[in-house]
Amino acid sequence: MSEPVSLIDTRVVKGDLLFKWIIFSLAAAVLLILLVMVVAMVRESLPSIRQFGAKFIVGREWDAVKGDFGALDFLYGSVISSVLALLLATPLSVGAALFITEIAPRRVGEIIAPIIELLAAIPSVIYGLWGVLVMAPWLQQSIQPWLIEHLGFLPFFQGAPYGVSMLAAVFILMIMVIPIITSITKEVLMAVPVSQKEAAYALGATRWEMFRMALIPYARSGVLGAVILGLGRAIGETMAVTMVIGNTPQISLSLLAPGYTMPSVIANEFAETTSKLHSSALMEIGLILLVVTLIINALARLLIWSVTRGDTGARA
Amino acid sequence: MESKLQLDQLNVHFGASHAVKGVSLDFPANTVTAIIGPSGCGKSTVLRSINRMHDLVPGARVTGKILLDDEDVYGKKVDPVAVRRRIGMVFQKANPFPAMSIYDNVISGYKLNGRVNKGEMDVIVESSLKRVALWDEVKDRLKSSAMALSGGQQQRLCIARTVAVQPEVILMDEPCSALDPIATLKIEELIAELKEQYTVVIVTHNMQQAARVSDCTAFLYLGELIEFDVTKKIFTNPAKSQTEDYITGRFG
Repeated sequence: MSEPVSLIDTRVVKGDLLFKWIIFSLAAAVLLILLVMVVAMVRESLPSIRQFGAKFIVGREWDAVKGDFGALDFLYGSVISSVLALLLATPLSVGAALFITEIAPRRVGEIIAPIIELLAAIPSVIYGLWGVLVMAPWLQQSIQPWLIEHLGFLPFFQGAPYGVSMLAAVFILMIMVIPIITSITKEVLMAVPVSQKEAAYALGATRWEMFRMALIPYARSGVLGAVILGLGRAIGETMAVTMVIGNTPQISLSLLAPGYTMPSVIANEFAETTSKLHSSALMEIGLILLVVTLIINALARLLIWSVTRGDTGARA
Repeated sequence: MESKLQLDQLNVHFGASHAVKGVSLDFPANTVTAIIGPSGCGKSTVLRSINRMHDLVPGARVTGKILLDDEDVYGKKVDPVAVRRRIGMVFQKANPFPAMSIYDNVISGYKLNGRVNKGEMDVIVESSLKRVALWDEVKDRLKSSAMALSGGQQQRLCIARTVAVQPEVILMDEPCSALDPIATLKIEELIAELKEQYTVVIVTHNMQQAARVSDCTAFLYLGELIEFDVTKKIFTNPAKSQTEDYITGRFG
């Protein structure tokens, strides 16, 4: 008979403990980086925050020489370009996702879906380059003159066709958010239980009626989450927008006029700041952008999560 | 008795597997017919052929005839949507639409008819909920979510939703398998009442249930129809030894 082996093997316990702490500190480091970044941004923004207060958000003056900074024009540009891009991209993306999951034969869907997702992998500077060299001239020569001629009575389509414009930014952003919204909507639609679709079909619904009765209502909050995630992407997009929007700080109802966005002004001006206050003002824009995108992303994740984990599904 | 629904040499294939093999059955009008058999015997597959649910499954192939009032459900010009309006279905697990209220759930199928007015909908909702004995339990909260109901109530809601479309045949695919005994009893009582107006086909793996609710019983084994007769005969004096073995619990 051998000696009874102790159940407590200190070597293994110590090894596990060490491993646990290494993993934990790696995970904590990620959060720490975010925290350090936020703290640094807040600290750097303080001069601007103290100087302008709420006026920073509602002010329209952006004068580096006089040292007067208000970010409203950039806020306006960011919000309008992103929201319009989403209004155009959402129906396209939801349609594409419905086609992939419900209509196309499985084989075809399996080919199309990765191609659409591949669009998200294209570096944004390439979108920008294409936008400014190909799309903007095309807009200037055909789309914008047509809009001016036929819809020019609306305030949205007045002025001269420049090519680079709010409209160009909207189109570029639309193309850039389509893959995100499509692929997440696809996931959300695939999470809808078969029993829901069968319920609609068994009542004598056509395919379209099934979409309306079973699929869309069930997936609603997840699709909304996908759209909001797209918004987060659009609002933070820098390079492509900077290249096509025209970088003119103004608030114009016309989509043909150039505009300016928050990320664009940071990218354009950070290297040539004229004063401490100027860089502080840019930092404050960055802070606003960070907070907005964090909130948007958190909200989007929550909505998507509520569908894909089956929270709204049938409980027995 | 006049037959409402007839299966004639029904075969169902899923890819290479032959799930239902030449089943022929006659379902008399205004009766409850139970389809029993061990798991995997093809009883649900037979049921789902009747309202053409297999159309939605890639790779499924149905041959043979299914006659509803002497008209082939699989006929060339037949629209499966029209078939499903005349042949309603209740599923194993209650599947109300979670984003809809109780009221909207009941009326959801009926609304597919096109333009319907509010007064008409109110009447349909009330009569359908009364039909499934759910009206008294929910009449004060028709606008609240269907998900707030218990499992048994949800299943009765699904039956009300099916009834509201005014079908002629109601197919039930193990409608009580996810319910507790009391909820099960209520559904069984309901099935007995439904046959006054509809022809009911119920798939069940609970033999006591088949004996309690049905008039006729079909026993399926490995995709083949072994025996079909009035329920009393099947459960007291079956013609085939396989049937006897199954109902006495020797296998299954």
